[in-house]
Amino acid sequence: MTDLNYDQTLHLKNIVPQRAIEEIDLWIKKYPEERKRPPIIAALKVVQEHNGNYLTEETMQAVAEYLDVPDVAVYEVATFYSMFHLDKVGRYVISVCNNISCSLRGADKVIEQLQSRLNIRAGETSDDGLYTIKTVECMAACAGAPMLEVNKTYYENLTEEKIDKILSDIAAMELKRAAVRSTIDDAASIEPSEVKD
Amino acid sequence: MTNEVCFRTLHLEMPWSLEAYESVGGYSTLKRIVAGELSFETIIDELKLSALRGRGGAGFPTGLKWSFMPRNLAGQKYVVCNSDEGEPGTFKDRDILRYNPHQLIEGMIIAGYVMNATVGYNYMRGEFYEPLERMEIALAEARKKNYIGNNILGSDINFELHNHMGAGAYICGEETALIESIEGKKGQPRFKPPFPANYGVFGRPTNVNNTESYASVPAILQHGGQWFLELGKPGNGGTKIFSVSGHVNKPGNFEVNLGTKFSDLLAMAGGVHGGKKLKAVIPGGSSSPILNADTVMNISMDYDAIGKAGSMLGSGAVIVLDETTCIVELAATTAHFYYEESCGQCSPCREGTGWMSRVIHRILKGEGRPEDLDNLDRVASNIMGRTICALGDAAAMPIKGFLKHFRHEFEYMIEHKRSMVKG
Amino acid sequence: MDKVHIEIDGKKLEAEVGSMIIEVADEADIYIPRFCYHKKLSVAANCRMCMVDVGSLPKAVPACATPVAEGMVIQTQTAKAINAQKSVMEFLLINHPLDCPVCDQGGECELQDLSIGYGADVGRYSESKRVVKDKDLGPLIATDMTRCIHCTRCVRFGQEVVGIREMGATGRGEHMEIGTYIESSIESEVSANIIDLCPVGALTAKPSRYKARAWELRQSSSVAAHDCLGSNVYVHHRRNEIIRVVPKENEAINEVWLSDRDRFSYQALSEGKRLLTPRIKRNGEWHDTDWQTALNKVVAEMKRVIGASKGNDFGMLVGNSVTTEESYLAQKLIRGAGSNNIDFRIRRRDYSGDGSGMVRSGFNFPMEKLDEMDATLLIAADLRHEQPLSAFRVRRSTGFGQVMAINPFDGEYNFRLTHELQPETNLLAQEVAAVVAAADKICPDVLSAEAKEWLASVEFNQTHEKIASNLINSESSCLLSGVYVQEHPQAETINWLIESLALITSSSWGYMTQGCNAAGNKIAGAVPMRSAAGGKSKPGKNARQMITEGMKGYFLLNCEPDVESIWSEQALKNLQKAEYVIALTPFADGRALEYADVMLPIAGCFETSGTYVNVEGKWQSFGAAVAAQGEARPGWKVLRVLGNLFELAGFDYESSQQVINHLREKFDAVGDIRVARKIPSPLTLVDFNEATRESLGLYKVDPMVRRAKALQQTPKASTHHISISRVKT
Ligand SMILES: Cc1cc2nc3c(=O)[nH]c(=O)nc-3n(C[C@H](O)[C@H](O)[C@H](O)COP(=O)(O)O)c2cc1C
Ligand code: SF4
Ligand code: FES
Repeated sequence: MTDLNYDQTLHLKNIVPQRAIEEIDLWIKKYPEERKRPPIIAALKVVQEHNGNYLTEETMQAVAEYLDVPDVAVYEVATFYSMFHLDKVGRYVISVCNNISCSLRGADKVIEQLQSRLNIRAGETSDDGLYTIKTVECMAACAGAPMLEVNKTYYENLTEEKIDKILSDIAAMELKRAAVRSTIDDAASIEPSEVKD
Repeated sequence: MTNEVCFRTLHLEMPWSLEAYESVGGYSTLKRIVAGELSFETIIDELKLSALRGRGGAGFPTGLKWSFMPRNLAGQKYVVCNSDEGEPGTFKDRDILRYNPHQLIEGMIIAGYVMNATVGYNYMRGEFYEPLERMEIALAEARKKNYIGNNILGSDINFELHNHMGAGAYICGEETALIESIEGKKGQPRFKPPFPANYGVFGRPTNVNNTESYASVPAILQHGGQWFLELGKPGNGGTKIFSVSGHVNKPGNFEVNLGTKFSDLLAMAGGVHGGKKLKAVIPGGSSSPILNADTVMNISMDYDAIGKAGSMLGSGAVIVLDETTCIVELAATTAHFYYEESCGQCSPCREGTGWMSRVIHRILKGEGRPEDLDNLDRVASNIMGRTICALGDAAAMPIKGFLKHFRHEFEYMIEHKRSMVKG
Repeated sequence: MDKVHIEIDGKKLEAEVGSMIIEVADEADIYIPRFCYHKKLSVAANCRMCMVDVGSLPKAVPACATPVAEGMVIQTQTAKAINAQKSVMEFLLINHPLDCPVCDQGGECELQDLSIGYGADVGRYSESKRVVKDKDLGPLIATDMTRCIHCTRCVRFGQEVVGIREMGATGRGEHMEIGTYIESSIESEVSANIIDLCPVGALTAKPSRYKARAWELRQSSSVAAHDCLGSNVYVHHRRNEIIRVVPKENEAINEVWLSDRDRFSYQALSEGKRLLTPRIKRNGEWHDTDWQTALNKVVAEMKRVIGASKGNDFGMLVGNSVTTEESYLAQKLIRGAGSNNIDFRIRRRDYSGDGSGMVRSGFNFPMEKLDEMDATLLIAADLRHEQPLSAFRVRRSTGFGQVMAINPFDGEYNFRLTHELQPETNLLAQEVAAVVAAADKICPDVLSAEAKEWLASVEFNQTHEKIASNLINSESSCLLSGVYVQEHPQAETINWLIESLALITSSSWGYMTQGCNAAGNKIAGAVPMRSAAGGKSKPGKNARQMITEGMKGYFLLNCEPDVESIWSEQALKNLQKAEYVIALTPFADGRALEYADVMLPIAGCFETSGTYVNVEGKWQSFGAAVAAQGEARPGWKVLRVLGNLFELAGFDYESSQQVINHLREKFDAVGDIRVARKIPSPLTLVDFNEATRESLGLYKVDPMVRRAKALQQTPKASTHHISISRVKT
């Protein structure tokens, strides 16, 4: 649909790096050509990663334009799935499962520890824009309960020490980042070092 | 016996590799198909004989489901794998994807051949980045060997398989919501009929099965339907992966014969942790009604037995609860989950899940009223059977179960404004 | 269609295979409660209100989504059904504000109605209620989204019927909200239909918000006056004030819909600046006067100007929404008074076809058939902005058929075109000719030798051939030309080409026309070359001549040539220059204040009885819904009195019904006579420079629409006209 208010500088190509576009194009290829909507979810995920972990009106509109679908089709999807953030969140989104199996094994302690270490409540983002704590539903890792996820990585069988280690690893990496003076707000390029079991 | 079907590579080094999979006979079924040794009729017959039932929750006979696909209808047809794994307590599909992705791939290729479908989608929940990586590597290996692609191994069979990712929505595990989600829409279930076998992805005939269901197929065909049938009990053939979590010493996945005693399964999981007493068990994922210790210790783990005991095998997620568990808290967590995950289209589910959750949370806050419990039960009944998909039932059944078996804990909390077990 | 036999509440019924229980029940007048189901929308089955008891099934099932089967026994009143309905009702009410006393939907709310029958008497919900932030959907639609019950009718309407997804359901579960993308107004030309669709008071009409309660309103049937479809409406009024206009179902015309233009134009009548008494200008000053004085003055001036010039220097211009009765009396009056200068076609450039063609131009097929066309060729037709509801039908045909277009402008479509040609404006005729020539090549035995010779030098390419062959090979096909074609300098040539193409390809043809009553005005004889019902007339001046050459005297019948004509600038100049200008109008503003010498207040639409003949030739008569304001009188009465004052014969009608009956008899006696179109002269590049190059625009088409406040506040008011910028030089 023609949208008179659409700002032509907001093409997806101007918003995310080329490699993100290439990634989206890979997803587009998986579906029949005449179908425009199937890659919406994937495209939004890629764009969110490259946009500081959240989506804005502009980015959603740019996705709609890139995929040639109505704005509202993108907006509906973005508001339906819980992995999309429509408000600014931290560079590290810490999702703590508090469904049954994790609560049985101390999810509330995990949340408390994170809240006190980071000085924010669940649902909030730290002032430095680094951390968001989020409670989520079961992530299919109950054998490792309690568990959490930082951006794209699962951490299971959490203990107090393990959580502290995760946080100190992130902090160390942030120091490195600051030293490199990287200015791109590109969550895609950062993952805390492996603290694998 | 354990780990004979989906987890049969687990003892090997790098169990996810093509090499590991081939070493246990992986892709031999595909080769037999290519060689013309296995017709699609035979495959369906073997599956029917095996008594394999859908592992996603509903337990529908897989062979029968495959026979519904209009294989001779012209035009595109799809094979879709449900790796959404959202049912709380369930974590088996993630391990199949991580540790034996090739067996799923072979299962889906076989399904494609049987149904004359040349494209498959594996729908994984949005958080499965690690499984996605394993799957993509496995797909690349399979593609290189021409197990997937055009003219597979020189035959006239074509099959392309894609991974599709969700983005956080339990409802997308419901097969028609999943189809909507593949189409790039909100995951709102479709009214059935028409069923996916007639009107599925992009309006084309589509077969949806769970990861474990597809992954069971190559082993069944390799060793024969009879072999699989005999692993389990009549009508409950084969093995099943039980995801045991909660208050046990060694939570984890256990692939055991259907019909294994619950007590044996509990023992495999190291028993109740901290030497505590078993209080109750949620035997088939959070939507299955709770069973108290006495009942569960005396049953075997199969569709019929659990059903007879008043619950269901569901996805095989066994959540073990020790004596310290507060059932009201558990009910609140459960109710909140369905409230959060209702897709929002049907009135009873959209409004009813919120209603139940609010009442239970109010009770938990010490603001319960005696009439709340009857009302809760009534609201749950009013949701059941009146929604487009089974999420409504899934939300209502456990609440009714908690009320049935542990009403006294609710009553205690309403009266004393504190938990009966936690004080 | 195969039939099955079923039983609902003991009634034995026959039903088509594949129909849903609710459809069959509706047909049989058995009421099943519902919110999400709507016969014009897809089945969503999300409200769960329509639960019924089907014989063997253990649980109640939704009637809207359950297909009938042979031998099915359905009951709507058993405990199973009623319990299901009641529990759904309870769910719907828990988060619905029970604010019926202040809700605009009060009294006509489906939820309110059903809660009386199905609501539980005690509210058992004591938790907190959901509150939803309101959305700003623009000047036409007021929202109160807390009242929304998520039936998604509004969303489905956009998606399915209009083809433009503006409304969506965002969020999930209880957080689901209906709205637009972020916060933007909705802009389509048919947006307000969601007001009718909304079963509760979440979406209501902004212009009539809080104006009246449903039960205070009286309802009159009428016909909408702003496009050539003639949509049927109900006018709702209270104490002689029009409160709102809503669609009246007519499957053959507007189905259940209404364009925003037809719905909200009434605002001009209730809130516009109305002319309440006759006025005469003396020494440049306006003075109110009585009818007698004003009419005597009009007669005297007409006699003077007409007499002095033997009729040549006095002309009558007839507006877009004038009724057939009015134009019939108007032409009788002016001809009786000695002049043949009368025309309603104030946007026509080409009059070379006057005298040929048909008495009534328009469609030669019922517009319902648009739904079923296997192939439709649009020729400069901007359906969405000219006749918005016709686009629904054409869109529907794209479910199986194809739509092609020859378009000299950037059209906006709510359906996919399979072929589109975009010639420059002054090459439109050439482009149509190319398709005709291509068709003639495929079927060479249809056209006359003369026509073939005309086409001989026309070149065509593969696309022209493709379009032609698609038309030829389709079982049913039609050619649909827009208002724009009738405004084109080569209109007559294009019309001839269209009819030739129709002949070769066995297609139906339809000319969309400007305004709501072009067919009626033509039949009535409000044209210079013919009198009523194709009767003979000494040729008079056409609109273009009257406007561009200038006249001493003008008689404007609800017409504002300074805005509506394509020679608007010249019109203004010549009206100002004229000796005497008589304006019959419902409004007391506009430039008539400058150029007119006498203004006679006439009734607006809905204030007069009359008849419009729509583009397919349906005569639709209506009564006045409310009385005209002040001293204003229905136009036909004013014209009748003028006829009497001129002492002309045949002006003794007592009702508009008598007028129309008279005309109808005449018309039926001669029928829709058709004079063959002449072979046009060879094609040349035409010149557009002398007139405006813009179409009238969606919300500029007639005096009433131009004064409808809310419509004028929409974004489309300023943007939706066609600019003829693509001209080959
Ligand atoms: C609310 C809801 C959630 C579901 N989630 C899942 C799921 O996560 N994984 C799954 O395999 N099946 C799930 N199902 C079941 C599917 O709808 C479907 O029955 C299943 O994928 C069929 O595969 P199967 O026959 O192999 O079990 C869910 C059903 C409902 C109603
Ligand atoms: S039952 Fe719930 S989740 Fe399922 S379709 Fe209805 S509203 Fe959506
Ligand atoms: S009318 Fe049938 S479910 Fe809404």
